[in-house]
Amino acid sequence: MSIPLITILGRMTIAFLAATGSVTAFAFHAVRQAVQPPYYRRQILSQILEIGYYSLPVVGLTAIFTGMVLALQSYTGFARFSAESAIPNVVVVSLTRELGPVLASLMVAGRVGASIAAEIGTMRVTEQIDALTTLSTDPFKYLVAPRLIAGVVTLPILVLLSDIIGVLGGYLVGVYKLDFNDTAYLRNTIDFLQFMDVFSGLVKAAVFGFLITLMGCYHGYTSKGGAQGVGMATTNAVVSASILIFTFNYFLTEAFFSR
Amino acid sequence: MASPKISLRGVTKSFGAKKVLQGIDLDVAPAESVVVIGGSGSGKSVLLKCILGLMQPDEGSIKVDGEETVDLSERGRQRVMRKFGMLFQGGALFDSLQVWENVAFGPIQSDGMAPAEARQVAIAKLAAVGLGPEIGVLRPSELSGGMQKRVALARAIAREPEIIFFDEPTTGLDPIMADVINELIVKSVNDLGATAVSITHDMASARKIGHRIAMLYDGKLIWQGPVSDIERSGNDHVDQFIHGRAEGPIQMQVRKL
Repeated sequence: MSIPLITILGRMTIAFLAATGSVTAFAFHAVRQAVQPPYYRRQILSQILEIGYYSLPVVGLTAIFTGMVLALQSYTGFARFSAESAIPNVVVVSLTRELGPVLASLMVAGRVGASIAAEIGTMRVTEQIDALTTLSTDPFKYLVAPRLIAGVVTLPILVLLSDIIGVLGGYLVGVYKLDFNDTAYLRNTIDFLQFMDVFSGLVKAAVFGFLITLMGCYHGYTSKGGAQGVGMATTNAVVSASILIFTFNYFLTEAFFSR
Repeated sequence: MASPKISLRGVTKSFGAKKVLQGIDLDVAPAESVVVIGGSGSGKSVLLKCILGLMQPDEGSIKVDGEETVDLSERGRQRVMRKFGMLFQGGALFDSLQVWENVAFGPIQSDGMAPAEARQVAIAKLAAVGLGPEIGVLRPSELSGGMQKRVALARAIAREPEIIFFDEPTTGLDPIMADVINELIVKSVNDLGATAVSITHDMASARKIGHRIAMLYDGKLIWQGPVSDIERSGNDHVDQFIHGRAEGPIQMQVRKL
């Protein structure tokens, strides 16, 4: 018996709505637990270290090569109509508004989102989460809230650093390869930069940090069925976080810049 | 029975079309040790999780010290949970923490005890299950299965609970270590004067740690009685189970080739 296309579409729609609903409920519960005491300060600090500090090398390398390739690419394009002087500005605006937050968040989603899902998922299937409850400790407060807080706090810092490193990458290519005057390059970078360019990127970063840690926690927390379930949770955490980053990126850009 | 510590009436729980618990009535008196026996997949774990509030029963009443615990608020649940200790089947030790931090977890995180003091408590509890203080600084992954079970037992009794649950405490252990665990369970339950509910399919363990045995079959408690009566229960299902026969009224769900 073949199932009509409309049935398949209907099932997919229902499954999608159900997933959205349960993620939203999870998020509300997690945020409520995150803002109410008790706070597990040691957990929050260790997550800030894990999510922020240990992501620095990956994010830094991504940023410097992005800045370098931006300068190089825009030169090959802009040289055709002698607009080379716009390059520093193009580099810094692309980085702060878009590439800084999006690329850094994607790298963090791969690194941190996956490890959160794997860790919490393993705790779920080995009954460690149930054990927390029997020790009168709310798993949302102890496991989920510290990760969400760390994500929201550290991603903007990471992105700010990645903006700076990216500009440095552009500067290196501009000055040492494309023979820009170094003072002129820096002045062009700063003169056209607006507060909103950087600020919007940092707001995006905070939202992405929330989404990455939320997806990691949600998929880990709801995982079942042993090693295979944990593996699936890890994949789902990274894929869903990446898609949400692109989706929210569009709507945040629209909210900030469309008139 | 005067006033039961734990009292279950008509507890049911289904997963989809599968009815796991179909009306459980059970009373456990203070300081009594009840062992629930039953085959794999008979719903023993679900029963424990319902009493602990880790799962919500579909219907029925679960009272602890006369207080209804089904539909309890989060805060109320945590207050009731304070009375419980639980030994999980796989130990469920937190692998990111050292052994002593595992044992001291309840006292530190939930009761606000100072870490230095809690560490002494942890060392004392580890000693009570026959483990030296040098074990305290190891990671759970560095321990053997029997040692993990003992650490998990130390963690379960660290807050001196009024009620302790044991989920298959001897599964996966050799017969000697299983007996060591059994004796530790009996000793710690007696020392605390605690009420104990255990689930197991290990009859040697059930005879040793239980005062009373209840058999769970097909979602119902089909027999309850003192341990001494188990040999003459007059129930075919119980007889088949305690003697471990493949032939009998209980048909394992094995597909015929």
